[in-house]
Amino acid sequence: MAKKPRVMIVGGGLAGLAAAMKLAELEVDVDLMSLTPVKRSHSVCAQGGINSVNDQTRQLGDDEWKHFDDTVYGGDFLQHQPPVKEMAYWAPTIIDLMDRLGVTFNRTPEGFLDRRRFGGTLYKRTAFAGATTGQQLLYALDEQVRRWEVAGRIRKFEFWDFLAPILDETGRCRGCVAQDLVSMEIRAFPADFLVLATGGCGLIFGRSTMSMVCTGSAVSRCFQAGAKYGNGEFIQVHPTAIPGADKLRLMSESARGEGGRVWVPRKPHDPRDPRQIPEEERYYFLEERYPEYGNLVPRDIATREIFNVCVNEGLSVDPDRQAVYLDLTHIPRSELDRKLGGILEIYEKFQGVDPREVPMKIFPAVHYSMGGLWVDYERSADGGLVPAHPKNQATNIPGMYAIGECDYQYHGANRLGANSLLSCIFSGLFVAPGLKEQLEHLDSLASEAPATLFESAQRQQQHRHDKLLSQEGGGENPYLLHQQLGDIMTRTATVVRHNDQLREAIDRVLELRDRADRCSLSDTGHWTNQNVVFTKALQDMFPVALTILRGALLRDECRGAHYKPEFELPGLTSDDPAERRRQAEQWVDAFIEKNQKWLKSTIARWDPQQRDVEISYEPVDTSLIPPRPRLYGLVGAETIEEVWRERQQRASEPAGAGAAGRS
Amino acid sequence: MAETHTSSATPESFEVRILRQDGPGQASYWERHRVQYEPQMNVISVLQKIAAQATTADGRSVSPVVWDCNCLEEICGACTMVINGRVRQACSALVDNLLRYENPTEIRLEPMSKFPVIRDLMVDRSRLFRALEKVRAWVPVDGYYDLGPGPRISPKVQEQAYPLSKCMSCGCCLEACPQYTKVELTQEPGESDEAFEARKKAAYDQAFIGAHAISQAMLFNMHPTGKHEAAERLDQLTAPGGIQICGNAQNCVAVCPKEIPLTTSIGRAGRAATLHVLRKWFDG
Ligand SMILES: Cc1cc2nc3c(=O)[nH]c(=O)nc-3n(C[C@H](O)[C@H](O)[C@H](O)COP(=O)(O)OP(=O)(O)OC[C@H]3O[C@@H](n4cnc5c(N)ncnc54)[C@H](O)[C@@H]3O)c2cc1C
Ligand code: SF4
Ligand code: SF4
Ligand code: FES
Repeated sequence: MAKKPRVMIVGGGLAGLAAAMKLAELEVDVDLMSLTPVKRSHSVCAQGGINSVNDQTRQLGDDEWKHFDDTVYGGDFLQHQPPVKEMAYWAPTIIDLMDRLGVTFNRTPEGFLDRRRFGGTLYKRTAFAGATTGQQLLYALDEQVRRWEVAGRIRKFEFWDFLAPILDETGRCRGCVAQDLVSMEIRAFPADFLVLATGGCGLIFGRSTMSMVCTGSAVSRCFQAGAKYGNGEFIQVHPTAIPGADKLRLMSESARGEGGRVWVPRKPHDPRDPRQIPEEERYYFLEERYPEYGNLVPRDIATREIFNVCVNEGLSVDPDRQAVYLDLTHIPRSELDRKLGGILEIYEKFQGVDPREVPMKIFPAVHYSMGGLWVDYERSADGGLVPAHPKNQATNIPGMYAIGECDYQYHGANRLGANSLLSCIFSGLFVAPGLKEQLEHLDSLASEAPATLFESAQRQQQHRHDKLLSQEGGGENPYLLHQQLGDIMTRTATVVRHNDQLREAIDRVLELRDRADRCSLSDTGHWTNQNVVFTKALQDMFPVALTILRGALLRDECRGAHYKPEFELPGLTSDDPAERRRQAEQWVDAFIEKNQKWLKSTIARWDPQQRDVEISYEPVDTSLIPPRPRLYGLVGAETIEEVWRERQQRASEPAGAGAAGRS
Repeated sequence: MAETHTSSATPESFEVRILRQDGPGQASYWERHRVQYEPQMNVISVLQKIAAQATTADGRSVSPVVWDCNCLEEICGACTMVINGRVRQACSALVDNLLRYENPTEIRLEPMSKFPVIRDLMVDRSRLFRALEKVRAWVPVDGYYDLGPGPRISPKVQEQAYPLSKCMSCGCCLEACPQYTKVELTQEPGESDEAFEARKKAAYDQAFIGAHAISQAMLFNMHPTGKHEAAERLDQLTAPGGIQICGNAQNCVAVCPKEIPLTTSIGRAGRAATLHVLRKWFDG
């Protein structure tokens, strides 16, 4: 009986499930592993929606190229353009597929999919299912995977923790080692391909809008085995989240859209009930500093200002917790219920406070990791990707792939709303044919590789596990160390970054890394021991934390979510037209110089000797859409824009129209 | 529910009583923990504190309590447990409300009683997912190639389907159901994992399928493509463990955190099942 090849997918969020069902359709046997039952993966949390060009936007002048353009512009041009282009062109067919799978998208009266508008675009591209789009998409894929499970094509390993990839003597990945979270059995799984789909790493920041399993541990374990990590320093922070003792829950931007006002008491930590604080003792800092936009300044500015007022000016409304008021109490109840009902209920449910009566307390929160495992692609002649090519989504470790939020491929320096669900499903579907192609030409099967390879990998993990359970002394508490790591990361590596703080953070994180080696466990048992599982995840947070910090320290510029005030290109100061023009020329020179220096992917590699990361850089493929400045809200934007356009024109003339064939 | 600041009325600390169990088949026991009060805690943050403390109210060092959670937004269904005697999600159970409206000094936590305990508050809900396999809770599409858009669906049908599609497989409806009784098997010595799995599935299939699965069957029977397998789903609903076991006690609908109209689904399923049986009988 000839053995058959198998693919192991780690992670059953949107990306992992999409890959699993597509591989099953291609008659590939799949093992699917997840910390939680896949139906409970983090993807259920997404509320807003998923983007694609559609028949209606098309007739308003939209097309796939514009979706592509919005995505790279939003990402500040840091992504390679061919994969993004391919994704944008696939997007309409992905929505069609999800529609066929039975996702309960909202409908128009005629029965078409309804769409809404999201940030970073002028078009209503976003399909949605009530306020639970992620849940609905995930369930549709979960159902298909269950169907294949019944058919015997997919085997699930739920409540398993991925511990390490297995590499043979040539460095090719031959499977992985994982641990059953119930019985604590550690087992080696031979696999002809390993696909990582393990999502984001928000827990490195302590609390975030992400779910409890988003520790980044699986990615870190591949990173420590030699996989490259790209653009680690790019972490998206959402301006308005509800601070909770356990989690920071998202508060939709529409609260400000409907007239919510952001303020803090002028007196630090004023103990009075907010409703008793008179108007003149309130500091409406957004309205004061941005009279034009007021509370509706763009996301990144809102995030920075709220952070600044609490952290640097010490005006948080709570003495021991960072928060500002988001106040809706001036708006009539009936109006609030009509316009914001569902959202306000979330606040009420988790805070036990009625936001129609008492100002909400909100603070920015870590929300998404743009960075992740470095993956490759094969560019096609028309600037998209070659389908079914083995290089698509391949990490630098042969045989190992990455998809979904845990890859670095699609969102550059900043992710647009409703684009992540898309990139997860796209990368999941797109990786499958490339694997299928290769499975047909394998020299040998992983399951036939020497048993010693798997035994020694298993033993290595068993050793780590046993050592943690038995080590005496030390006395470090993993939960407290995690809190400290989260505090440092949140303080220094989120909204505003300063080199001196980052340097100090690296020292402190290195210190915590060493202390984490000395954790003493309060549970040393051999059955469903969550204590040891968490401790391992904590230890594996440090390599990624260092990747974020070192990448941020080195990158002396502002780009997307990475903001270093010291290196900001300032707006124009002169009122004299000629001088202003000269300043604009200088600004553009500085912008071009900055791009020459910094428009490149940050690549981190793990140095096992130093137990630290090494950073290098790779060029970015910006061959399809030339990078241009993002000038939103900058003083002198019009003049700079003018200078920029003239230079672009001059540059394109002698070379001939490189833009031929584009709409 | 307008809130005024009641900090003077809240205690400095409160007691948490937890029904623990070290593993399957072992005896359960109560353990008391004392937790410092903080504003805006929920049961998850209480359990996190207990994990960090690792000592009971009477000062004994104990291993941290085991429980299940992920989203902390009442959308993944993982953290379901019995809190002060009522089944619900730990993440959306706020300490302020529990102390104010239920018991001012103590919070009581128990695992769900209808599923085998793995350890402490963590239970094995695989039977719940098995029921979804049984009723073929999916749309039987031809495949995942680009075959154009799905069927057009009126907003009215969407509004009927959407609430059913929010079922997060939490199990509250099953915990509350008098007809849903625990099925717990233990692996025999020498029995392989696969054989044990198969034996469990067979046992699950004989027992009551549960309100959640009946509702999912109705969801897919409503879908223009899902409908193509309506008969197969009704076969399952009328097989042993099917809808005939439901005693119509309506406990399920009262506890569903997603307010899914379970009794409406059960009513519809009942009528469809009756017709289905008659039709099969006449068709021979
Ligand atoms: C509150 C919130 C709202 C959002 N809203 C939107 C939105 O409206 N639109 C949008 O486009 N995006 C949104 N996003 C982003 C989007 O939800 C995520 O990027 C996306 O769901 C990630 O999917 P994934 O498949 O990559 O991973 P996940 O869904 O995170 O799944 C990861 C999987 O990996 C498994 N795993 C992890 N570690 C291990 C391990 N060590 N061993 C075994 N298994 C492991 C997990 O169990 C899980 O199954 C939102 C994010 C948040 C936090
Ligand atoms: S109505 Fe049926 S399913 Fe619901 S609780 Fe009663 S017996 Fe159980
Ligand atoms: S029907 Fe309601 S109570 Fe039952 S599993 Fe689904 S969400 Fe939970
Ligand atoms: S943790 Fe997901 S429902 Fe409570």
